[in-house]
Amino acid sequence: MYNFEFEQPTTVADAVKALSEEDAQALGGGQTLLPTMKQRLAMPSKLVSLTAIDEIKGVKKDGDQLVIGGGTTHGTVAREASADYPGLAGLASKIGDPAVRNRGTMGGSLANNDPSACYPAALLASGGTVVTDRREIAADDYFQGMFTTALEEGEIITAVKLPIPEKSNYQKFEQPASRFPLVGVFVAKYAGGVRVAVTGASNEGVFRWTEAEEALSGDFSASALEGLSASAEGMISDIHGSSEYRAHLIGVMTKRAVTAAA
Amino acid sequence: MTSVKMTVNGKSVSGEVEGRTLLVSFLREQAGLTGTHVGCDTSQCGACLVHVNGDAVKSCTMLALEAEGADVATIEGQANADGSLNVIQQAFQDHHGLQCGFCTPGMVMSAAALLKENPKPSESEIRNYLQGNICRCTGYHNIVKAVLAASGQDVGAIAAE
Amino acid sequence: MPKDSGIGASSKRREDVRFLTGAGNYTDDINIRGQAYVHFLRSDVAHGKINGIDTNAAEAMPGVVRIFTGKDFEGIGGLPCGWQVTDRHGEVMQEPPHPVLAQGKVRHVGDPIAAVVADTAEQARDAVEAIEVDLEELPAVINMKEALKEGATKVHDDLTSNLCYDWGFVEENKGAVEEAIQNAAHVTTLELVNNRLVANPMEPRVAVGDFERGTGNSTLYTTSQNPHVIRLLMGAFVLGIPEHKLRVVAPDVGGGFGTKIFHYAEEAFCTFAAKAINRPVKWTSSRSEAFISDAHGRDHVTKIELALDADNNFTAVRTETHANMGAYLSTFAPSVPTWLHGVLMAGNYKTPNIYVNVKAVFTNTVPVDAYRGAGRPEATYQLERVIDKAARELGVDPIALRRQNFITEFPYDTPVAVTYDTGDYGATMDKLEEMADIAGFAERRRQSEAKGKLRGLGINCYIEACGIAPSNLVGQLGARAGLYESATVRVNATGGLVVMTGSHSHGQGHETAFPQVIAEMIGIDESMIEIVHGDTANTPMGMGTYGSRSLAVGGSAMVRAAEKVINKAKKIAAHLMEASDADIELKDGAFSVAGTDKSVAWGDVCLAAYVPHNYPLEDLEPGLEETAFYDPSNFTYPSGAYACEVEVDPDTGKVTIERMMAADDFGNVVNPMIVSGQVHGGLAQGIGQALLENCVYDENGQLLSASYMDYAMPRASDLPNFEVDHSCATPCTHNPLGVKGCGEAGAIGSPPSVVNAVIDALNSGGKDVPHIDMPMSPARVWAAMNRASATGHGTAEGRSLGGASG
Ligand SMILES: Cc1cc2nc3c(=O)[nH]c(=O)nc-3n(C[C@H](O)[C@H](O)[C@H](O)COP(=O)(O)OP(=O)(O)OC[C@H]3O[C@@H](n4cnc5c(N)ncnc54)[C@H](O)[C@@H]3O)c2cc1C
Ligand code: FES
Ligand code: FES
Repeated sequence: MYNFEFEQPTTVADAVKALSEEDAQALGGGQTLLPTMKQRLAMPSKLVSLTAIDEIKGVKKDGDQLVIGGGTTHGTVAREASADYPGLAGLASKIGDPAVRNRGTMGGSLANNDPSACYPAALLASGGTVVTDRREIAADDYFQGMFTTALEEGEIITAVKLPIPEKSNYQKFEQPASRFPLVGVFVAKYAGGVRVAVTGASNEGVFRWTEAEEALSGDFSASALEGLSASAEGMISDIHGSSEYRAHLIGVMTKRAVTAAA
Repeated sequence: MTSVKMTVNGKSVSGEVEGRTLLVSFLREQAGLTGTHVGCDTSQCGACLVHVNGDAVKSCTMLALEAEGADVATIEGQANADGSLNVIQQAFQDHHGLQCGFCTPGMVMSAAALLKENPKPSESEIRNYLQGNICRCTGYHNIVKAVLAASGQDVGAIAAE
Repeated sequence: MPKDSGIGASSKRREDVRFLTGAGNYTDDINIRGQAYVHFLRSDVAHGKINGIDTNAAEAMPGVVRIFTGKDFEGIGGLPCGWQVTDRHGEVMQEPPHPVLAQGKVRHVGDPIAAVVADTAEQARDAVEAIEVDLEELPAVINMKEALKEGATKVHDDLTSNLCYDWGFVEENKGAVEEAIQNAAHVTTLELVNNRLVANPMEPRVAVGDFERGTGNSTLYTTSQNPHVIRLLMGAFVLGIPEHKLRVVAPDVGGGFGTKIFHYAEEAFCTFAAKAINRPVKWTSSRSEAFISDAHGRDHVTKIELALDADNNFTAVRTETHANMGAYLSTFAPSVPTWLHGVLMAGNYKTPNIYVNVKAVFTNTVPVDAYRGAGRPEATYQLERVIDKAARELGVDPIALRRQNFITEFPYDTPVAVTYDTGDYGATMDKLEEMADIAGFAERRRQSEAKGKLRGLGINCYIEACGIAPSNLVGQLGARAGLYESATVRVNATGGLVVMTGSHSHGQGHETAFPQVIAEMIGIDESMIEIVHGDTANTPMGMGTYGSRSLAVGGSAMVRAAEKVINKAKKIAAHLMEASDADIELKDGAFSVAGTDKSVAWGDVCLAAYVPHNYPLEDLEPGLEETAFYDPSNFTYPSGAYACEVEVDPDTGKVTIERMMAADDFGNVVNPMIVSGQVHGGLAQGIGQALLENCVYDENGQLLSASYMDYAMPRASDLPNFEVDHSCATPCTHNPLGVKGCGEAGAIGSPPSVVNAVIDALNSGGKDVPHIDMPMSPARVWAAMNRASATGHGTAEGRSLGGASG
């Protein structure tokens, strides 16, 4: 790693101030940023740790939404969201391994927007809202292609609001080495319709599979997906799977998610 | 350089570190606790696993400064007060859950975290929990057996030798 | 009744206590006062010409002590190759120089160009980034077939081509094999890839060089399986340090699997630099660096033909293999596809005609050398796959086909130069069939099908030549070293013993198993015996641990030394009891005179040897310490039968191992617990090769699987509980312990049964898939089922030729 200054504020306001410096960067759980820095692929001059800010941690139910602090760890989401939003808790419980889940945060995952990250699928399929220190951003506007989001320099995700679906499920088909999703599909059924978000598959990052959404909104069953297939165009192709394979898996995982949805 | 102070295995430890000093480097190089190992640089192998405030954490993916004031537990602090092996360590020896020993400190710490959370895990719960600990020697068979045994469960069903 | 001590007991491992408490002493735990750290600048291109290196800016960086480049190593030896293969035409292999730091050219991603020594590791790395290299990128050759084409870019300008050697074995068999194939009732042909692997011991390599100005002695602490070999190679061939001025220490080593056998540039560098700057120099590899600097394994592309007569007897085997050497010849690289592979092509079968051709090829990739099994997995895989394919083509039972062709009489001279001393392949197959509950398979398949899964059963046999030794034999085969082993048994005055062995333990449990043997011989408690290994300063010259040789060769040396000790002790005892030597018996830790009640304890004899007040000084020297060097007369030949049951998810192609069974014949077993553990570990690596692991380059020579993000290591959740058995024992006939070696069996024996099982599963689902290359990733299995392309750009096909179906 290149060296940097380290700061650990206890309020969002102080963190925002610290991040206003050039080349300062937020440090969530560090489960992505620190390995990246070890490879010397990032060189912030200052790291502003968000882990001491209590106001951005925790899982709360607020009416028909679940509000999750940006600094909440995957492990906490897995435990505390399980009653209200089992699909989300199930997703969180399968991210990485227990030690990663004890440090990694929802805010960090969403800010990073890795094309193979799990949370983006939950946020997009839930039609949720990203709350930052300065505004609220709808999920459909938030993701802007792999590793790119609507966040501005120094903007902190303080919370995420997720409307609680009637039924939901996340199916993760693991890439054999990293165990990130090779393809992950999150299906969420609301009174107003079904949303299906796909991660791991596309060169553009997480996306909604609208054909499946339409089919499932009329008939929420795996058989409604019969004959539907995602296009291989624009899908990632690498040593772990071709674009055709990923496209195929989208169909399989979506069916499984619908069948398993609770 | 910034000073950092934490409790490691019940003893207060302090030192001067850079921003970039990892917790594992602090433990190995400054606290002299070389039982915690480094097996990768992508946060996947778990050879570096320790407990921070009771939680399993990869010490290669945490800054020393983030552990300021924390209560850190490493393999060196696991044995019983009289120096004998604790239940998990003893089960690893009894069931040959280690060969070269390099992954072992992380495995034992991981197993300890699991058993705290889930005192009677099933075989598949153990295998899933150990997702972040890679062992190249044992094929995991005897590690799983050791963890089952450490939790007081019958390992008779798992093929012996 | 299982024993609780001595040979055959599952004694708990004493070394575990230090590993379980964090008290191990691995090389990276060694820090010498005043040490500096080195970081290597490594090539990021596969092939390039170095037009200049500007270190000025880097020299001025904080903490920099000195920067080394190839210039500093001019006139110093390169890394030697320990094996010379003579090819089909009687010519010796092409052997390019392998410099410590690049001289003018880089030949693979990771080739070291320069080295910065600085006060801290981070400073060294910071300064490496400030070095400016004028590197002119050249076209790279990655694919072996391309590399052999007329006019291909040459990895080494001074060689005539990229062909290291074209080896034929046994050349005289060639005609007979051709004839047998022509006359066969059936010939089964299979092209396959033995995927390139990275050994990945969990401890990355580390080297600490130290130089003592006062004495002029150098010391190297290193992560090695064979410190004496490193001392010899590095001292004599690279740095010109006589062995008495050089000490090599390999303390606790965190796994090796072959990749820590070889002598590496970083070891030579640290030893050299410590003297040059008069300060200890330490290098700790990161995992990323390990992927581009540890020797890789396997990487064979093979075509095999099996000829059968009308009664399904095997009449001939012919194979042609392209073996990747990488950019340079690593220490034992030439031996792997030849002598460790060709001589095993008879397998467990009495095939009368066998011909093996191997073309070893240079490419712009990391050097390839021995990895657990080394050559024998490649031999077993192709043979056991082609037999299975033949059984399927002929519609016969794969077990029956194997049984029908088993070698049943021993000793057996194979058509490929070796003599199997013992074995009972029918017995291990019987055992396997019992373990596998083959009768119950149909029901298990039905249950899987009810869940929408396909189930398959695959079996295979294997034989290996291990206990890698006979010096005279390996010498004829091209080894430039002897392959004996050594031991000194030192008895202390109070009766305890220290065994100093040339073998090395990096997970195998020598510290526990070796004392079991001595305890049995003398009849004393295991705790009275201590094993010392890994330090050239206090062990006799030994060849180290690899090729499942520790107990068979190293243990035998220890037995010989102990026998000498016991013989001398008997003479002392005879003197003490005023009896004749010939009447003395040693049992349960006491010497007695046959037919009398006279007896003297082991400890009293030992004391007499060191306090020789009442002692036959005119006939015997005082003291009780003996050394033996043991050089066996043959390899040992462990063998066995393996079975695997898989479930395949037809929707995704994902393979799940449901059961993995191994029935091995290791001859006598000293510690069954340790032996089982060795098999488990081998099985995991074999399953890893079959399903997960793949070292992949793109066509430009960039390593695509360069970390655990892309190189899939088996995790606990990928594997089942294993069912292993080693009750079938035909003891080795030529070593004193009757042991054969067990370290590699699991890795050799398991891949074919996994692949055979997957093919069986797919066929049961109506998918007529003849073969899938390893690793059988979900994408590949799915593609094979659907005949689509499995993986995108830059797959293994870019590197390997032929046979890659998906
Ligand atoms: C072994 C391993 C396995 C993993 N497996 C998976 C997996 O299966 N699925 C998966 O989805 N992920 C996986 N991850 C990634 C993991 O989920 C990370 O925790 C997550 O991607 C990043 O969260 P973090 O809190 O650690 O963020 P950090 O690493 O600290 O930061 C990541 C980025 O987000 C920024 N950032 C952090 N917090 C905030 C915030 N509150 N507001 C704004 N910006 C912020 C940082 O500046 C940085 O750019 C894995 C990681 C590891 C090490
Ligand atoms: S060293 Fe920490 S996960 Fe590998
Ligand atoms: S015991 Fe060697 S890596 Fe686990």
